[in-house]
Amino acid sequence: MGAGGEPHALHICGKGGLTGSTRIMPQDLDRSEPAELSYREAVREAIRDALIRDQRVFLMGEDVGRYGGCYAVSKGLLSEFGAERIRDTPLSESAFTGAGIGAAIAGMRPIVELMTVNFSLLALDQILNTAATIRHMSGNQFDVPLVIRMATGAGRQLAAQHSHSLEGWYAHIPGIKVLAPATIEDARGMLWTALEDPDPVLIFENIMLYNMMGKLAADAGPVEIAKAAVRREGRDISLITYGGSLWKTLEAASLLAAENIEAEVIDLRSLRPLDDATIMASVSKTRRAIIVDEGWRSGSISAEICARIVEQTFWEIDAPLGRVCSEEVPVPYPRHLEQAAIPQAAKIVAAAKVAVGRA
Amino acid sequence: MSDKPHLSRAHELDLLKHMIRIRRFEDKCAELYTQEKIRGFLHLYDGEEAVAVGVIPILEKADRIVSTYREHGHALVRGVPMKAALAEMYGKQEGCSGGRGGSMHLFDRATNFYGGNAIVAGGLPLAVGLALADHMRAENIVTACFFGDGAVAEGEFHESLNLAALWALPVLFVCENNLYAMGTALALSESETDLHLKAASYRIASEPVDGMDVVAVEAAARRAVRAIRETGKPYFLECRTYRFRAHSMFDAQLYRTKAEGEAWRQKGPIVRFRGWLESNRMIHPEELARIEAEVAAEINEAIAFAEAGTWEPAENLTRFTYAERAA
Repeated sequence: MGAGGEPHALHICGKGGLTGSTRIMPQDLDRSEPAELSYREAVREAIRDALIRDQRVFLMGEDVGRYGGCYAVSKGLLSEFGAERIRDTPLSESAFTGAGIGAAIAGMRPIVELMTVNFSLLALDQILNTAATIRHMSGNQFDVPLVIRMATGAGRQLAAQHSHSLEGWYAHIPGIKVLAPATIEDARGMLWTALEDPDPVLIFENIMLYNMMGKLAADAGPVEIAKAAVRREGRDISLITYGGSLWKTLEAASLLAAENIEAEVIDLRSLRPLDDATIMASVSKTRRAIIVDEGWRSGSISAEICARIVEQTFWEIDAPLGRVCSEEVPVPYPRHLEQAAIPQAAKIVAAAKVAVGRA
Repeated sequence: MSDKPHLSRAHELDLLKHMIRIRRFEDKCAELYTQEKIRGFLHLYDGEEAVAVGVIPILEKADRIVSTYREHGHALVRGVPMKAALAEMYGKQEGCSGGRGGSMHLFDRATNFYGGNAIVAGGLPLAVGLALADHMRAENIVTACFFGDGAVAEGEFHESLNLAALWALPVLFVCENNLYAMGTALALSESETDLHLKAASYRIASEPVDGMDVVAVEAAARRAVRAIRETGKPYFLECRTYRFRAHSMFDAQLYRTKAEGEAWRQKGPIVRFRGWLESNRMIHPEELARIEAEVAAEINEAIAFAEAGTWEPAENLTRFTYAERAA
C-alpha cells in the first residue's frame, strides 16, 4: 500500500447525524493542491498515513472497522488495511487498552480508540496503573509507545454519560502526555508525532470539531506536540484555551476587538506537559488572563493554569485571573441546558471585560 | 516436545532445588522484613512453589512472563538474579527495577519478565497485548500470565480471556488458586469455584491441576505450551494450591484455622516431592545437603549484595517518568 497503489478513497461526512456521510472520490494522500476537508477527515488521513508509513501501526477499538467508527473517523480503513490492522474489539475497554499497552511494550505502535472519554474510565486502571507507571516503576526498562484517541466534549445532546470533558483529569497523571488538537493541521499532524513518542500519548478530539471544514496544505504532515500556539495576537488580555473551546474563544476575541479590546488567544495544544513559556510570555505581555476550559472548574486544568500564572508572573499581572469553565453539573440533555452548561463566546467576552475593567 | 516430564535425576534435583531456593529465599525475606531491611508489602509464595517451578523452566528464552505482586518465585525461576531481586526489595538502585518498585514490582527486561503487577487482574490485559504483538508478527512466542483466584472476580479477567480466545492469542493463563483472595475464601466470592470452567466458557482449553505436585504441574504445562505453540490459541491452567503464610506481613489470618493450614502443610510441594524422591531412593542425603548449602550460599551472597547496594540519589526522583531520549 502507499504510493503507486490504488487510489485511496476519502469519505466526507455531512453535518447531519454522527455518522451520516456522502462520498467523494477519488482523492489521494498525494495531493499537490491544498485540500478543503473536515477535521474528521484530517484525523482519518493521519491514521492512514501512519498505517502506510509503519507496519507496526494498527488501530483497535469499538466499532472502528465494519461500523466505520462511532464518529465515522475510521470509515473505509478496514477495506483498505484489513481486519488485522483495523481491529474491531468487544466492549472491553480495560482489556483492549491494556492489550494496546502490552503490544506497545512488545514493539508495536497501537492506536487505541476509546469511543468517548466517559468510556475511558473503564480503562483507567490500565492507563493510570500500567501505562503511566511502568517506565518509572521498572527503572526505565520499558517504552510504551502507545496512542489512545478518544472523543470528548458536549454539544450533541448526548447527556450526562457521553458529554464530559475529562482531559484535565488525565493531565493530572505523570507518565502520560495529553494532547488536544483544535485545528485541522493538528488533527492531521499530531498523531504521527505521538506514535513516535516512546511514552503513552492520549489525544482528545472534541466531538463538535469533527464536521469543521478547513484547508490543509498539500504538504501538511507531522507537527510538534510540546508547544502551545498563539492563534491570535493581542495586547490587552490573554485568553488561554484548548480543543473545542478554541473556536468560541476566537469568536469572543473578534467580539472584543469590535470594542477595541485586543485579546491574545493561546491554544494550549498539549495539556501535559503544559507549555509554561508560551503562557507566561503572553500573560507577561497582556498582564491579564482568562482561562477557558470545557472541564468542570473545581480541581481542573484551568485551576492548574491559574496557579502557574500566579506562581510565575504574580508581579506582572494587573487584574484577578478569570475562568470560564463548564458549570458543575452532569451535562444535561436538552439543548438549552447543555449549552448553558458549557463555555460560550458571550461568557468569555463578559469575563474578559471584567478583567480589563470594562464590564 | 513430549508432554511427560523426563524425570532424569538431574531434572528431579533441579525441580527440588528451584523449590527449596524459593522457600529458603523467602524465609530469609520474612526475617529481613522483621529487621526492617524490607519494607512496604511483602507477599510470600510459601506453599505455591510447585506452580512457578512446574511452568517456567519449560518456557523458551523468547517467551514472556507477566506476574503478580506475589512474584518472587516466578522471578527467581525465570532467572532474575536473586541478588537483583533482593536488592530491589531493599529499595537499592542495584535492584532489578532500580529499587523503585520493591517486592511487588520486580521487572527484568533481560528475561522478558514484565512485572510484578499489584493490581489484581491488571496483568491479564498486558499479557494479552504482548501476545497480540507476537501474533501479529507471526512469532512463535508464548506469554505466560500468572494470577490468583482473586483475579477471577475482576472484569479484566473476563475481558482478557474473551479477547485472547476471540483473537486466538498465544497466552498461557496460569491461575494460582490458593483458595483465598486475601482473606476472602473462594466460596465466599465465586458462584462457580471450579475456575477452569470459566475459561472453558470462553472456549479456552483448560484443565485443573494439583498445584502442590510439581510433576503434575510440569506435565500440564508441557501439554499447554505445546498446544499453544501448535495452535496459537490460549490455554488455561487452574493450579490448585495453598498459601502457607499470611497474605502479607500484616495479616493475622483470622479467616482460617490453624488446623487447615497444618493439613495443607502435610501435602506441601517440597515435603511431597522430596519424600517421593527419598522413598524411591532417588536422592541421597548428601545431595539434599549440597542443595541446601548452595542455596544458603547464594542467599548470603544476595544479602551481602543488597546490603552493599546504594540508594538512588533523590535528585534522580523524577527521571524516567518519561523517556530521556528521542524516539
